[in-house]
Amino acid sequence: MEKTREELLQIDFKPPAKSWMDPHIDFEARRGSWSYPGAPKNLRYMGYPNPREWSPTDADWKLPANWKQIIFEGMRELLSKYRSFKVFMDICVRCGACADKCHFYLGSGDPKNMPVLRAELLRSVYRKDFTTAGKILGSLAGGRELTLEVVKEWFYYFYQCTECRRCSVFCPYGIDTAEITMMARELLNLVGVNINWAVEPIANCHRTGNHLGIQPHTFKDNIEFLMDELEEVTGVRVEPSINRKGAEILFVVPSADYFADPGIYTFMGYLLLFHQLGLDYTLSAYASEGGNFGLFTSADTIKKLNYKIYHEAKRLGVKWIIGGECGHMWRVLHQYMDTMNGPADFLEVPKSPFTGTVFANAASTKTVHICEFTADLIRHGKLKLDPSRNDHWRVTFHDSCNPARALGLFEEPRYIIKNVCNAFFEMPENTIREQTFCCAGGAGLGNDENMEARLRGGYPRANAVQYVRDRFGVNLMSCICAIDRATLTTMVEYWAPEVKISGVHELVANALVVDGEKERTTDLRGQPLAGKEDKAHV
Amino acid sequence: MSFIWSLVIFSGLVALVLLGVEGAKLEGLFGIWLPYAAVGIFVGGLIARVVNWGRSPVPFRIPTTCGQQKSLPFIRHARLDNPATGLGAAARVALEVLTFRSLFRNTKAQLTQDRRLVYGSEKYLWAGALAFHWAFLVILVRHYRFFAEPVPVVIGWIQGLDGFFEVGLPVIYATDVVILAALGYLLGRRLADARLRYFSMAADYFPLFLLLGVAGSGVLLRYVWKTDITRVKELAVGLASFRPVLPEGLGAMFYVHLFLVCALLAYFPFSKLTHMAGVFLSPTRNLANSNRARRHINPWNPPIVGHTYAEWEEEFRDKIKAAGIPLDRE
Repeated sequence: MEKTREELLQIDFKPPAKSWMDPHIDFEARRGSWSYPGAPKNLRYMGYPNPREWSPTDADWKLPANWKQIIFEGMRELLSKYRSFKVFMDICVRCGACADKCHFYLGSGDPKNMPVLRAELLRSVYRKDFTTAGKILGSLAGGRELTLEVVKEWFYYFYQCTECRRCSVFCPYGIDTAEITMMARELLNLVGVNINWAVEPIANCHRTGNHLGIQPHTFKDNIEFLMDELEEVTGVRVEPSINRKGAEILFVVPSADYFADPGIYTFMGYLLLFHQLGLDYTLSAYASEGGNFGLFTSADTIKKLNYKIYHEAKRLGVKWIIGGECGHMWRVLHQYMDTMNGPADFLEVPKSPFTGTVFANAASTKTVHICEFTADLIRHGKLKLDPSRNDHWRVTFHDSCNPARALGLFEEPRYIIKNVCNAFFEMPENTIREQTFCCAGGAGLGNDENMEARLRGGYPRANAVQYVRDRFGVNLMSCICAIDRATLTTMVEYWAPEVKISGVHELVANALVVDGEKERTTDLRGQPLAGKEDKAHV
Repeated sequence: MSFIWSLVIFSGLVALVLLGVEGAKLEGLFGIWLPYAAVGIFVGGLIARVVNWGRSPVPFRIPTTCGQQKSLPFIRHARLDNPATGLGAAARVALEVLTFRSLFRNTKAQLTQDRRLVYGSEKYLWAGALAFHWAFLVILVRHYRFFAEPVPVVIGWIQGLDGFFEVGLPVIYATDVVILAALGYLLGRRLADARLRYFSMAADYFPLFLLLGVAGSGVLLRYVWKTDITRVKELAVGLASFRPVLPEGLGAMFYVHLFLVCALLAYFPFSKLTHMAGVFLSPTRNLANSNRARRHINPWNPPIVGHTYAEWEEEFRDKIKAAGIPLDRE
């Protein structure tokens, strides 16, 4: 990233002179705000159309000769499959309530990042070819010809939307830009226009079971390594089982949790908690990913990748499933899994073996969010907690988009944090809960080549972080999303470097008093605890 | 440009009716046939639109949750913003339709001099929109008095309430003032705000002109160029009972009013005005967030099978074995 913070913040909200109907984009000048195209090997592996080498800066994107027909037919099909698509195409009144709700708009000032215009990019083509008024009146009725330039514009702007759904909170008709972006990406995918940061994880996930392409032996090695680290901090050896038949619970996490800092501390946190409880659970090296980049490509891909969760639960003969801290994974587990790959009639309604609580809200999917599970344990006094072991952190909580706006999981993580930390501070109310701002790296956009867009789009979140940092001395932002843990880390390094990112269960494990543990002098990261600086050998 | 175009078309419509009535003496066309045609297009068009929407299924349950989910008993559940039942979702939609609840959340983001983002409450759009819609509804209901003989008591009450302030003669209806002010605001903000102007289209200005034309001509008919309302009622009752008669001397302004109403009705099903029906069908609002409790059925759920465990085990057999992870088939 070459631009300074000051340069990035020279945001001009004045719309340009040229009409938005002009689709032209200079991809060369906008480097840093788009993602590299899907590599042909990944498209081939997934059987996606039109695998080839190409770049957005090329004049010729090498689309199939009948690309226009493919897109129109695709559109017709999607309109017949999704009422949401039809209704959202027809009823927008362009009241503008959504305009300044998008983090990408707020960070860039680019008018086509206003949700209303992002939708119009697709809506204008719909009008021109699918409505009577548009067919007759053309541009006067807001219709626009589908041209190659329009396809390029779609690529740019529908891969500059993180499907966070913040705008849909404010829309008087609930028009959901995530839904529109998903439709546009389905259409683009039909002609082979997609991004590698989405299709590579998909291809990996299909083959190995997880986005990162981690194979079974490495899966086990990584976890053992993390258990070594955990033992060093706590003095307790945790021995999780993998692919064990007959366990009561299948535990599914996002793969970043057992792969990369700082997610690994969250992973250590989950497993330390389960160890202390004596929970009868197993991990799976096959269902080794709860995340699902299909959500960012096509509905069929969501189903294909999600298939392994219930398939594995059935094979192992578990009774129910716990899902770790991950954002879009939870949108899929909550809003798509049961419909696509259910019914999970071979599982039982989840019941906590320690509190007896029946998770009636998961009666059909049989899948419980780990924050629901842990909050229930704390409420019933099943955990011995020493929150002072988090006293070196002054904590705020970032509501991840999907758990916020697809589930409404607001209080569970807060309840946990307030029980395991002494210093908790909320960010301003327009930036949390259902109004939370995205990390700007979700939906496949969290790659390095897209860094300028990420930093700009991340500014509304970062700005709220700066506020609590300056006002309350906050130095840790906790969250329940693996993409957040990866992308917010980069984002705060740039905007608010004093602040670190963590998962919620990392904080749980710091505070959790475990049988047979040694005196803790550091947290899971190996940082000295408050008041134990002299005892810790870091 | 789109503003000018809308204005041109709107003016054309007004000129058309004036020429038609004053010049060509086509009162029968504008007084009887066009109203019938417009109502037919409105009803038929709107039904066709809703049926068309209804023909596409709702494959996934995708409510936007704007409050705490129903989960653990000790956590307070936001029943309206995150309904867990169909009844809750119905209440959510009802509040959306009657009070514009989502719009009420509206904020305004601003970048300060020192480059911080601040968010202020922004209720003008909500107030303006709500004022317009409610005033329009009351005015519509009031108009029922032209079609019914005897006039239902309720209509009289509404009329009385609307003229509560008893200012002017004839008494000025509060809704007449409110609707003109609200429409003026809704048009004004589109023109004054550069951002709104940037994405506003002819299809945004045109209905505002039509509505302003309808309301404005109605106000003129009541307070300035008064028309003989017994004759208007004669026409209305005739139309409603399908025994149309055409009274003399209704006046050009009356025809302008009636024709703009017809234009609005006929335009309605083909425009963004269908949000009136669409708001009930929005899957992010009208579904309960009960996804994990009750299975939602997708009628076209494709028979897709992922990479199976057996295939996975086959591909990684040696590595699984070396890692000491149990195999299904040794």
